[in-house]
Amino acid sequence: MTRSFLGWPAFPAAAEREVGNRQLRENVRRATHTIRGKRAVLAAERPDWDALRDSAAAIKDQVLADLETQLLRAEEKVTAAGGTVHWARDAAEANRIVTELVRATGETEIVKVKSMLTEEIGLDAALEAAGINARETDLAATIVQLGDDLPSHVVVPALHRNRSEIRDIFVREMGRHGRPAPDGLTDDPAELAEAARLHLREKFLGAKVAVSGANFLVAETGTLVVVESEGNGRMCLTLADTLISVVGIEKTVPSWQDLEVFLQLLARNATGERMAPYTSTWTGTTDGDGPRTFHLVLVDNGRTRALADPTGRQALRCIRCGACMNTCPVYERTGGHAYGSVYPGPIGAILNPLLKGLDDPQTASLPYASTLCGACNEVCPVRIRFTDVLLDLRAQVADGGQHPVERAALGAVGGVMAHQAAWKAAVKTATTAGPLLPRRIKLPGALGGWTDSRTLPAIPKESFRGWWKRTQGDTK
Amino acid sequence: MTDARTEILRRIRAAAVPPAAAPPRHYLRHAPGLAEDDRPAVLALFAERLAEYGATVLPAEDPATAVAEALGDARTAVVPAGLPAEWTARWDGEARSDRPPLTHARLDATDAVLTTCAAAVADSGTLILDGGPGQGRRAATLLPDLHVCVVRAAQVHSALPGALAGLDPRRPLTFVSGPSATADIEMIRVKGVHGPRRLAVVLLP
Repeated sequence: MTRSFLGWPAFPAAAEREVGNRQLRENVRRATHTIRGKRAVLAAERPDWDALRDSAAAIKDQVLADLETQLLRAEEKVTAAGGTVHWARDAAEANRIVTELVRATGETEIVKVKSMLTEEIGLDAALEAAGINARETDLAATIVQLGDDLPSHVVVPALHRNRSEIRDIFVREMGRHGRPAPDGLTDDPAELAEAARLHLREKFLGAKVAVSGANFLVAETGTLVVVESEGNGRMCLTLADTLISVVGIEKTVPSWQDLEVFLQLLARNATGERMAPYTSTWTGTTDGDGPRTFHLVLVDNGRTRALADPTGRQALRCIRCGACMNTCPVYERTGGHAYGSVYPGPIGAILNPLLKGLDDPQTASLPYASTLCGACNEVCPVRIRFTDVLLDLRAQVADGGQHPVERAALGAVGGVMAHQAAWKAAVKTATTAGPLLPRRIKLPGALGGWTDSRTLPAIPKESFRGWWKRTQGDTK
Repeated sequence: MTDARTEILRRIRAAAVPPAAAPPRHYLRHAPGLAEDDRPAVLALFAERLAEYGATVLPAEDPATAVAEALGDARTAVVPAGLPAEWTARWDGEARSDRPPLTHARLDATDAVLTTCAAAVADSGTLILDGGPGQGRRAATLLPDLHVCVVRAAQVHSALPGALAGLDPRRPLTFVSGPSATADIEMIRVKGVHGPRRLAVVLLP
């Protein structure tokens, strides 16, 4: 059975559960701090870092402003190079297309390169329902799949697991899906990686069909790009007879030259490397080298919804480096699962509502999963202004009535603040009543969500206005 | 019912995104910290980056001696078409031709692969293969556990922009920046997962 985030609780409830897990908090803290440190060194090495970010943001904006032309150009080039292009409006349509393509090959076990989009659309579960076993091959994705777990980070999906948990999963599960873990496997990371190498090698050598995502799709040439570290991507992209790449329409970049910007930013910002060990590019099919059949499935699944949002559309610049979650004080404490989506952290807090809309309470809770500290703005390689989008989405939630409590509270405060006499009276009441109030109070009903997680600050005996009147700002 | 393509394109038009300005390109086109035309510094940086990755770097006047050293105790190696025959003259292992193509199982059971490259990048210690003469197809540079790559000094670009400009995107390209690696377990770097676990670079003048 493949787990999914379907029916996940809203962020406050999910976060409360996650922060209670001490092991998880330690794992996430250690991992995020390690990547953060490595990234900072590599970003500082480039005197032109901000110039690269300016270019990347502008190139992505150029694509978004001209997406129809770019996609049609990509389609034409991929087709001319021997590929077949399919279009999918939503997850169900994308899954149906991929399932039919795999069925047509007659294969019942396929290999996959880690892809956030195929996680987003639930492709593995859809294939499983059709009797097709899709094996993940990225080490972290393998850990997640074997552990019947869910990804908690876009770059390092098993970041919430430590080595001894991973060892136990390998020992317990590998034998059920192919070559078992070696006898006497310890929790040494090198030994665990070797176990995965052996387990997956036989799958690569026998694979006839592979499914991948892509980091970039170059419109002018129809070239797809996959950036990876382990070589599992190369295995899938090279050894299978049929390759099916499932790619979001926003992954397009206009020109081959644009890769010089993104390939210099991505690994530095994602993992703190100058380049990831392997970058593969391919255009259609090549005689005598790699897959003989290539399918590209272009997926919307809410991207055009995000595109129509004037403030939010900048989220479609995202290149999935994960730096925003590595630096986020909220993510560091809750981990990725609290966000109830394959896209956690700051990008998840904005991208999920933009892709899905705000009708669902879980999605509508995400723009509030932030302190608005803005650390994500500072590390984003494509200069997404997360805080602008978060605030705009919060306004949409309030306007849409999805957060009635905040709306009522702000309405009441607004009413009092608009009238000086009422405000003075309210402040006076607070300062007088302050010492009498308990530090922990419980507001009734829906307002309890506010008081459950906070202690009331001590209310000063004197208001600022009162203090100013008395001292003239300490000049008296 | 409209088809998916028509519908997605309609939605894109309906989003009415205003035109965007042409992107600025004020970033460096060469490795930071090096003068643009300082070739010795570029080659030194390339060797330094490769060494940081744990790759073996063998500067050589005579390819045959360096290739023999790089192949070391490998008993078998794939030698793609187009590679000068004299390069393997001093190595006493079995050179395997990939014409007709070796099966995946046979490639997997071969110790090493010896190739040239299409270009290289000093700043990131990157080798770029495009399947041209002496480079073989992608499966041949993937399954053997040792990859020995011969690079000529003139192929080494200071930074990525210079290298990309000279590549043909219609060819399948592989950019290799050190041996395969993972940091998926507690962010501890482990070298050697699925790709070749050892990489050796013979650097010709």
